[in-house]
Amino acid sequence: MTDHHVILRVVSKFLIPVIAFFAFYVQFHGDYGPGGGFQAGVIFAVAVILHALIFGVAEALEAVPAGFVRGLASFGVLLYAGVGIWAMLNGGDYLDYDYLVREEPGGHAGQHLGILLVELGVLFTVAGSMLGIFYAFAGRVADIRDEDW
Amino acid sequence: MDTGTALVNVALLAMLFVIATAIIRLRSLFAIAMLSGAYSLLSATWFVLLDAVDVAFTEAAVGAGISTALMLGAMLLTSRNAKVERRLVDVAALVVCTVTAVMLIYATIDLPALGDASSPANAYVGALYLERVEAETGVPNVVTAVLASYRGFDTLGETAVIFTAGIAVALLLGFGERSMSAGKGGRKGRRP
Repeated sequence: MTDHHVILRVVSKFLIPVIAFFAFYVQFHGDYGPGGGFQAGVIFAVAVILHALIFGVAEALEAVPAGFVRGLASFGVLLYAGVGIWAMLNGGDYLDYDYLVREEPGGHAGQHLGILLVELGVLFTVAGSMLGIFYAFAGRVADIRDEDW
Repeated sequence: MDTGTALVNVALLAMLFVIATAIIRLRSLFAIAMLSGAYSLLSATWFVLLDAVDVAFTEAAVGAGISTALMLGAMLLTSRNAKVERRLVDVAALVVCTVTAVMLIYATIDLPALGDASSPANAYVGALYLERVEAETGVPNVVTAVLASYRGFDTLGETAVIFTAGIAVALLLGFGERSMSAGKGGRKGRRP
């Protein structure tokens, strides 16, 4: 049906994994360079949205189902809030990462772990919410018609 | 600021102005969505010039990436062209815009110079963060440390806001099978 979009499909087939991979680079490199959970979540969502735009929403929904996306968004918030409660259970204030692990004063393992976990929470929530919003819009039209390109 | 940077600044701002004017004059929603993406990408380039790489990154990912895709998705639900309006001069709007612009330009006179170390943003709490981040968190990127550690509460709130936005859109536009059935090709979208 979309045979004349062959260049788009070939190029995006190569690009989509690279974009998704780049999202994780941004996520885990956020401590050292620009970026973090928010940007990574958006970039990951863009990879799936590009897939949906090129290959159709139905195929994207098979790969990343709408229910999974909503669960992911909820889990992200719970993970972030849970890190705070974990710190409280260990005797610290809410979201005080220094109490996450037992370490000598001046150690940074708790801070690193806390930042990693809350950034993961942000990644899950942002990617899930953005994809949920996109599915809500895009799920209402079957496909992009040719005259729209 | 050296001449080269100033020239690039002027060129970028001029391109932003041209794109903004084109967006106002155009009526094709597809072109407007694409141009707003280009506008965001140019803004991101400009932010890099201002040494705000984290902001630039976010602008490129959110403004040029996902907003464009979402606007295209929204455009598919409506007609392809905006209504042509009768050309008329709204005096009240003109006065409000002119007064606001004059006030904003007047306010820029008091702004500190780019990179001014004694400006309020750099002097008090900003300098404190720069001093203490390495010893307290061991994270090289100060922006990440401030966002995720010092200001963890704020970021938790922002995450909750994004989650709420996603849930609200899902509630308004279809939760579950309504948003999925059309995608499986069972139903054609509404045509305007």
